[in-house]
Amino acid sequence: MSSIISIKDLHFSYGGEGEEVLKGIDMEIEKGSIVAVLGHNGSGKSTLAKHINAILLPTSGKVFVDGIDTCDEERLFELRQKAGMVFQNPDNQIVSSIVEEDVAFGLENTGVPYEEMRQRVDEALRAVGMYDHRLHSPSQLSGGQKQRVAIAGIIAMRPECIILDEPTAMLDPQGRREVMATIKDMNSRYGITILLITHYMDEAAQCGRVAVMDGGRIVLDDVPEKVFSQVETLKKIGLDVPQVTELAYELRKAGVGIRQDILTEEQCAEALSELLASGKR
Amino acid sequence: MLRDITLGQYFPGKSIIHKLDPRTKIILTILLIVMLFTGDKLICLGIGAAYTLMAVLLSRIPVKMFVKSVKPILPFLIITAAFNIFIIDKGDVLFHWKAIKITTGGINVSVFMIIRIVLLVAGSSLLTYTASPITITDAIEKLLSPLKKLHFPVHELAMMMSIALRFIPTLIEETDKIISAQKARGASIDSGTLRERAGNLISVIVPLFVSSFRRADELATAMECRCYNGGEGRTRLRQLRTSACDYIAAAVTVMFLAAVIAADKML
Repeated sequence: MSSIISIKDLHFSYGGEGEEVLKGIDMEIEKGSIVAVLGHNGSGKSTLAKHINAILLPTSGKVFVDGIDTCDEERLFELRQKAGMVFQNPDNQIVSSIVEEDVAFGLENTGVPYEEMRQRVDEALRAVGMYDHRLHSPSQLSGGQKQRVAIAGIIAMRPECIILDEPTAMLDPQGRREVMATIKDMNSRYGITILLITHYMDEAAQCGRVAVMDGGRIVLDDVPEKVFSQVETLKKIGLDVPQVTELAYELRKAGVGIRQDILTEEQCAEALSELLASGKR
Repeated sequence: MLRDITLGQYFPGKSIIHKLDPRTKIILTILLIVMLFTGDKLICLGIGAAYTLMAVLLSRIPVKMFVKSVKPILPFLIITAAFNIFIIDKGDVLFHWKAIKITTGGINVSVFMIIRIVLLVAGSSLLTYTASPITITDAIEKLLSPLKKLHFPVHELAMMMSIALRFIPTLIEETDKIISAQKARGASIDSGTLRERAGNLISVIVPLFVSSFRRADELATAMECRCYNGGEGRTRLRQLRTSACDYIAAAVTVMFLAAVIAADKML
């Protein structure tokens, strides 16, 4: 599979001097994949996200999205159409006081004719399940719904990939579930590449690949099962692992022969019951 | 308490007046103002009043809403009327005592002024009652678009207005939160003398300003990410369309205006 985002030896520091926030990142993201970037505050994960659609430009190194160099000003709008971005605070990214008009905002900016715009807006609203709310005011919506509207605004642009910068950090558990379901749906149904910046372990565990950042570097980059089995490394950089993974880890440390690649409660329950069944025999 | 504030006080509805294009409504409101201030004969004012009344009834908005809209300007009306009565010296003298002189001309002008202003306020309330703020913003952008040739930032102005409208509920919510937070810290927002209360408001206004700047910054980034590049080459999802109704309304209005001018000149 070809990569849609490729980051080559990316260094960045604010103003081009002082301490580097990103200290040499190399990363290839495959088309149609769903990748989580995990890290605690100040690890540089949001800074990395902002490089992908040229909000920030590298101090040194290169970032390419679908072959477009992010430093190429001539192709800036083409780039931003290919790589949409969803931010943390849903209130501060909704421009219009009517839901459907906000979804249309990007299309209006790129001069899409009315008939096509109408169709793409309706399609995007249906895709995130907000079509019934199309004439509402964003202030009448819940946080999760607002974030889905923001996603619809990006989907309407028909992007190749979506970068979500902690989209669930300000939401309640219900809203988080809604947004995660929408994100995964966009990936599986439309094949849109997803780059999810998060500090929630359980969200990262739902992705196909997890890159862990610490101090401006990528320290782990693998499938979630492998990443979360590195309990020691994760703890050292101040990250937790999903509770069930930690349970398995503690059990192994205590000498119980349980699998280490457990991520969900179902897997854990299964492994434990297998263990108990074999113990009886 | 802050939730009660609404801007523009739009009443959704399906009347003929609601269905008119907002651009038409703005132009007709301007024509109404011209109509009301043309001529100084009673018949002219009568025609203007008939026109306003017709529009109000057609909008199917309760008349008491219009009464409400006139209320805030009552003190202003009374003061203006008083000035006119005492200052204008025309016609028969009705009352004379030292420097105070009341004439029929003065009373005439005062009564005319009151009726005109009441009609004016009722007529322009009709615009904000039947068109939502966002469609009015759109209409203003369209109507002012010829000024673009003179490098007047029409699109920017309209964008600013619509973002302001979008953030009113958000900022009201935020103000509520800040007030609660400051109360929890022991601030007395709604007690004490007027002076103290005004001073205490600073503890609400400062955080509100700081957070607004942060919001503005984030919103600007989000808009740029969605390819916002000013008004050039933009298309719109919300289309303004004129229908037969608009032309009929315009024709009726022009007829009334012509009647007022004719009455003023001939009678």
